[in-house]
Amino acid sequence: MSAEILVVVEHLQGKVTDATHEALGAARAIAAGAEVVAVLGGAANTGLAAELAADRVLHVADVRLDAYSPDAYESAMRSIVAARSPRLVIVANTTVGMDLAAGLAALLGLPLAAYCVGLRADGTTLVATCQIYGGKVIAEVGLDGPAIVSIVPGSFVASHGDGSAVVETVAAPQITTRLRLVAYEVAPSADVDITKESVLVSVGRGIGGPENVPLAEELAAALGGVVSASRPVTDSGWLPKSRQVGKSGLTVRPKLYLAIGISGAPEHLQGMKDSELIVAINTDPGAPIFDVAHFGAVADVIELVPALTERLLG
Amino acid sequence: MRIAVLLKQVPDIVEELEIAADGRDLVRDDLRYRLNEFDDYALEEALQLKSAAGTEVVALALDGDDVDQILYTAMAKGVDRAIKVSGGGEPRSARAGALMLAEALRPLAPDLVLTGVQAPDDLEGQLAPLVGAALGLPHANVVNGVTLDAGARTVKITQEFSGGLVAHLEGQLPVVLGIQASCEPPRYAPVTRVRQAMSSGKLESVSVAAPARAPALALRRLAKPEATGHAEMVGGSVEDLADRLVAVLRERGFGAKS
Amino acid sequence: MASTPQDRYGRVQRIVEKEHAVVEGVDLPGPWNRMFEQRVIWDNDTDGLDRIRAIPGAESLGSCYQCGKCTGVCPIDIVGSYSPRKIYKDIQIGIDLMESPDLWLCTTCANCLRVCPKEVNMVDIMPAVREQAIAIGSHVPPELAKAFENTFRHGNPMGEPARKRADWAASAGVPVRILPKQPGPVDVLWWVECYPSYTPRGQAAAKALARLLTALGVDFAILGAEEKCTCDSQRLAGERGLFEMLAEQNMKTLRQYQFQRVLVTDPHALNAFRVHYPKLGGTYDTIHYTKFLAPRVAELGLRKRIDAKITFHDPCYLGRHNGEYNAPRTLIEAIPGATFVEMGRCRENSYCCGGGGGGMWLDSFTGDHVQERLSERRVREAVETGAEILAICCPYEVSRFEDAVKTTGNSGKLAVMDIAELLDSARQDA
Repeated sequence: MSAEILVVVEHLQGKVTDATHEALGAARAIAAGAEVVAVLGGAANTGLAAELAADRVLHVADVRLDAYSPDAYESAMRSIVAARSPRLVIVANTTVGMDLAAGLAALLGLPLAAYCVGLRADGTTLVATCQIYGGKVIAEVGLDGPAIVSIVPGSFVASHGDGSAVVETVAAPQITTRLRLVAYEVAPSADVDITKESVLVSVGRGIGGPENVPLAEELAAALGGVVSASRPVTDSGWLPKSRQVGKSGLTVRPKLYLAIGISGAPEHLQGMKDSELIVAINTDPGAPIFDVAHFGAVADVIELVPALTERLLG
Repeated sequence: MRIAVLLKQVPDIVEELEIAADGRDLVRDDLRYRLNEFDDYALEEALQLKSAAGTEVVALALDGDDVDQILYTAMAKGVDRAIKVSGGGEPRSARAGALMLAEALRPLAPDLVLTGVQAPDDLEGQLAPLVGAALGLPHANVVNGVTLDAGARTVKITQEFSGGLVAHLEGQLPVVLGIQASCEPPRYAPVTRVRQAMSSGKLESVSVAAPARAPALALRRLAKPEATGHAEMVGGSVEDLADRLVAVLRERGFGAKS
Repeated sequence: MASTPQDRYGRVQRIVEKEHAVVEGVDLPGPWNRMFEQRVIWDNDTDGLDRIRAIPGAESLGSCYQCGKCTGVCPIDIVGSYSPRKIYKDIQIGIDLMESPDLWLCTTCANCLRVCPKEVNMVDIMPAVREQAIAIGSHVPPELAKAFENTFRHGNPMGEPARKRADWAASAGVPVRILPKQPGPVDVLWWVECYPSYTPRGQAAAKALARLLTALGVDFAILGAEEKCTCDSQRLAGERGLFEMLAEQNMKTLRQYQFQRVLVTDPHALNAFRVHYPKLGGTYDTIHYTKFLAPRVAELGLRKRIDAKITFHDPCYLGRHNGEYNAPRTLIEAIPGATFVEMGRCRENSYCCGGGGGGMWLDSFTGDHVQERLSERRVREAVETGAEILAICCPYEVSRFEDAVKTTGNSGKLAVMDIAELLDSARQDA
């Protein structure tokens, strides 16, 4: 086992993702003398290496790694990890991580701690703190030997490179593309770009049904904002997907985020917890949303929302 | 053409989750279990593909407290076969469970394996890539669109990234997919059909050997999270709350009086 | 000559048109004298109707002769467009009831059955067609499917944990015997049901009734967590399998205990025990709490005045379905200071609150098909009487009417109270 911490660089549409910088931040924080190695795939994108906060960037030069696809990346990473036997491999728990982490763990017979929100050293053991059951339970696991960890985006402080990383181009190992990438597609931007709004009134399942969405829209209008939503609401079609806040939707940082009937599952919190002012209304006093909100009220959403609108229009 | 769907039972959070005194497990006495929500989407996707292409659908689940009910409901929804997979001794790690399911799948030789993108207790990783890699099959997770070409034995997949970005992939069967959303919401299984399934005697059971070596995760402890912060809670009647919240908002410069 | 136009159901309109027609001395050329040919009854394909009539339980739909008496009393027609006659007509011209939203709007209030000269029985027809629709995979409104699943898994449509069903009893202010914990013979088995057990307003009524029963010295007990929903409304919403499954479980539980009679708070449970459980082999001497209390009202010690105008909403399943109209009135009129005012649509012609037949779990669906909710219509009727209190005795009603009071802008003008709560408040010494 080498004293290396390997981080898989996730880049989409030519840009290194924020989650990757967080993964590198996590790696640096527990490196304690180990070398932080970033693995960057792609034929001609060494330019990205400068922004990576790694000691070494392994540039896997292959056109099949230019854009992420599951089989190509898994096969490439498998060879690299097998050859280098790092102490720890860190991936972000994004779509990429949800392909790679478990796939690599199974192929290489390595333990995997997923949904990790904290990492620390306890002697020679690395202790990962992981979130399960929608964030209601945390699990601490000890990793004594080589292991893989997938981190929840937004849990670690990002670290940005200063161009000092040593770039080492390596030949592409056996890469398979049993699943071939045809194309990436960006969903046509619909009515509203919620990432640009300064006030969001966000609705969750607690709004009860699509017939109550207008209550939120009236409140949003009274505050000069728009309505956004959590995944269950957009999945049910009560609001279009363009309004979805969270891990599989959009990350927002408005000045005001009013969470209405949203319980606060980690995937949602990830998308809004850096909002400047968060006010949450929910019937469940134990809802995790209250942990990130600045102000909270336990109340029936259907009663309170119109009462707020009434006063604002006052 | 055969589609296998992997179903998992997870704690029904209608009950509060409590940690056992030794900190190693949940208190399981009053726990009820239900089908993992994403596995329900995977099941619906399989049944939709069955309607479209006339494939056979086989549901599999590792044994557990309420697993029979889950498999009967799958039968009531229209799967052709339902198989309960047991073996492996207690306690069984999630990685061992994934390897057992892979073992159970081998003789079935499915053309497509579907399961949910994730489950609430996926501490050791998501099932689709674990099973895919164990079987040496290509796999993709976070899939929200599947189209089969049974004749050409190919599959077209849409994989979902954040911010509305979507990847279109293509490949030869067999593949293993982790489903994020099905094209239609999961159908309702009438109780009469579930009861018919229960008395049909058609639930199959297979036993597979415990895997020789499943990487174990050394669990130190389980705990309830300590909130690093908490909202300042506002109390009172609806009228009081509305007054006070609007005051807070106006103080911060929102909802100025026109 | 025009092309063959079609009416809104896609049927070809046959046209008669002459080049010239002199009508009352006026020459109407060409299109000006165009007429549609008379439609003949056998233009309509009878397949649709035959298919519905072939469903066991739905045969009586074929008897309809379109008199329209039902339309006059159907609560939904007053806020929308609906009645058995209209459904018959729609089926006749080719609309598939099993794929139509009309399938889910009927609350089985039975006002139509009351007036129908041909005894077209929607209370049998709609559940039968719904059951068939679910079996063939028609879309079940998600709110309803969730209620079914919750009932299946937890024994109550809210999805609350079964073991918390009797938690309300701890703060009733009087001891409430929970039979499984204190076994032994009991005179009255009080079947509390789901809404009184789990919802705040329902619990308030349950606690009040516990105090009334105690004041009367009644030997009573509840089943607590062993009680499961009697599912009469789920049955009417199309889940006969669910009803039968829980009936079997409930009857098995009841066989373990000795009691003289069953007292119910919920008219829907009354209906299940009186009408449908006997068909499955369970016969119980069942009585609604108003009928139980009415003969003993003088013993309640009603000393505190409630100086208010009180009106009463006859629940469909206590009144029309099970014939009890007087007991609730006896109780209300016994309250000192109360002035009883009757609504226009009362007794046999009571106007449904919208909760029956699955309606409790179809609000988001129904909202799309009516101008205002049935409960809102009813609350406006109550306010028109000048009443300050709307008295109810079915647990579905309190939340429906309280919501409607708010949404019709009558907050503060009309209070909604269960008769048990009214009696309990009148019991305290002034």
